[in-house]
Amino acid sequence: MSENRFNTATGLPAIDASGVPDHVAEADIRESAARERREKLRMFLTNWQGMTGLILVILFFASALLAPWIAPYDPNALDIPARLSGPTLDHIAGTDQLGRDTLSRILYGGRVALKIAALGVSIALVVGVFLGMLAGFGPRWLDSLLLLLFDTVRAFPTIVLALATVALTGPSLGMVLAIVIITSIPQYARVARTATLSLRNTEFILAERAFGAGTARMLWHHIMPNVIGPLLILAAMEVPVVVTVEAGLSFLGLGVLPPTASWGTILNEGYLVIRDTPWMVIAGGIPLILTTLGFTFLGEALRDIFDPRMGKGR
Amino acid sequence: MGFYLLKRLGLAFAVICAVVLVLFSLLYLIPGDPATIALGPRASPEAIARYAERMHLDEPIWRQFLIFIGNALTGDLGVDVFSERSVTTIVGERLGFTLALVGLGMGWAMTLGIPLGCLAAVRPNSWLDRVTGVLSVSTIAVPSFLVSIWALLIFAVHLRWLPAIGAGEPGDVVDQLRHLILPAFAIGLSWVGYLARMVRASMLEVMGETYIRSARAFGLAPRRVVFGYALRVAILPTITLIGMGFGGLISSTVFAEIIFARPGIGKLIFDAVMARNFPIVQGGVLVATGLYILVVLISDLLIAWFDPRVRESL
Repeated sequence: MSENRFNTATGLPAIDASGVPDHVAEADIRESAARERREKLRMFLTNWQGMTGLILVILFFASALLAPWIAPYDPNALDIPARLSGPTLDHIAGTDQLGRDTLSRILYGGRVALKIAALGVSIALVVGVFLGMLAGFGPRWLDSLLLLLFDTVRAFPTIVLALATVALTGPSLGMVLAIVIITSIPQYARVARTATLSLRNTEFILAERAFGAGTARMLWHHIMPNVIGPLLILAAMEVPVVVTVEAGLSFLGLGVLPPTASWGTILNEGYLVIRDTPWMVIAGGIPLILTTLGFTFLGEALRDIFDPRMGKGR
Repeated sequence: MGFYLLKRLGLAFAVICAVVLVLFSLLYLIPGDPATIALGPRASPEAIARYAERMHLDEPIWRQFLIFIGNALTGDLGVDVFSERSVTTIVGERLGFTLALVGLGMGWAMTLGIPLGCLAAVRPNSWLDRVTGVLSVSTIAVPSFLVSIWALLIFAVHLRWLPAIGAGEPGDVVDQLRHLILPAFAIGLSWVGYLARMVRASMLEVMGETYIRSARAFGLAPRRVVFGYALRVAILPTITLIGMGFGGLISSTVFAEIIFARPGIGKLIFDAVMARNFPIVQGGVLVATGLYILVVLISDLLIAWFDPRVRESL
């Protein structure tokens, strides 16, 4: 411990022009950052919920992407003599009322879920972060207006808004996507807004401003990197919601239309024949549960490791 | 408190107006003749003409909106396209079924979830705490409509313990209660998890406070400390959660009503969507959304009543 670590007048660590206390060598910082990364990776690898989640998520992506190669049958191929059968050697997950192989339909249904989840979450995230930063950084009136807008959208229960819209437009995959995006934007926007608000008066933003940085530069280079972490975790946690909304709407006949396979349409067809065979609603539900569980476990583990504060208030 | 009340009521009113505006403009966002869109391609020309006259479609749009919002605020939601009955009456007849379901679902979730959360917090890392933790994440992740379908499959179709569809004989309370059990179970299940988790998290925080230590030091019974002192403070975030999550509860109620063919608002809206009966959709959605806004308002006011710090923040 040498004396020059602290400024003798203030008792604070001595800081040179680079802003880094002069006793800390650059290599030390790298070293400690690497150690922290290793530590977090180790925490994640030993967290059974996180690992279960990761495996389920990988399974979800792999089964959806590889569906055309691993599906035993064409999802719309009919095998009338074997209709409504339970699990057999030919049809591991049984068949539906037209004799279509349920396993193949589940695998292809995963593609719809993946498409909606990937597009829905990423578009909503981008728009939400943008609007949230705008609300947090912009003038007061814009903030109030956007907040009212968010509150209005959130005032509609998702399914109820979907019912109202589909009543007019008729069901389609595009409509499901639009509803998913619109209803989840406020979530991201609120988090981004709160984070931006707490950042806008900090010293480094003030310094940036003093250097004459434009608003766009400040938002993009300085606010965004600080805001995006919790939002990515939130996005992981939103995937189950999005997948559920798609399946739910398709179940009601308001989303994906038959004969396209989706977990929701499989459940819907299974619900109609529930008194004849339980296998369709069982087989159609399992991938849905595994997917939602997987993303929830993964999101929770990531949150606990990278952002312990977030877990507290929820 | 008075000022906060006024501001909060103003915000709720603004959101209601915005919701009405959205419901109103849905008709105009979709290209084509509003009356034809509202009633679908199969509607008779007479019905379309009647609708056009009732909705004042020949007037300028801003006047139509004023008439619409004026009517809505005075409780006139238009008339049913087919039966010519008042939408307000129709929705009113169904509201009771929905409220009973929501009340019972939330009720059992609270009576189980809150004590479970308390017990888990009192003994952190005990087996009860671990089991509660995993169970709550799992119940939160499973989509409620899947719980409905599977509950229907197991308890109504397979075991035949409980009736599958309808709301029971009018006047026969026991029969009506029997019809309530499965849907209430389905919509409440994820809330048991939510509440247990939330109460546990805020309870852990409160149990570390000095006044709890004082209460213990004075020799109060542990049960009294937990339920009499700690829970009182720990319940506050939970009230907010119930308010915020009520929209999700409405969505799952819609599914439960459709799956169990229960004649509530959700089923009403769904049937109206299928029959292209837009006035009913509009009225039902407005009432469901209004209910949600009301619950959020009440929970916010309750929090402000209990916790003076909140009043400053709006």
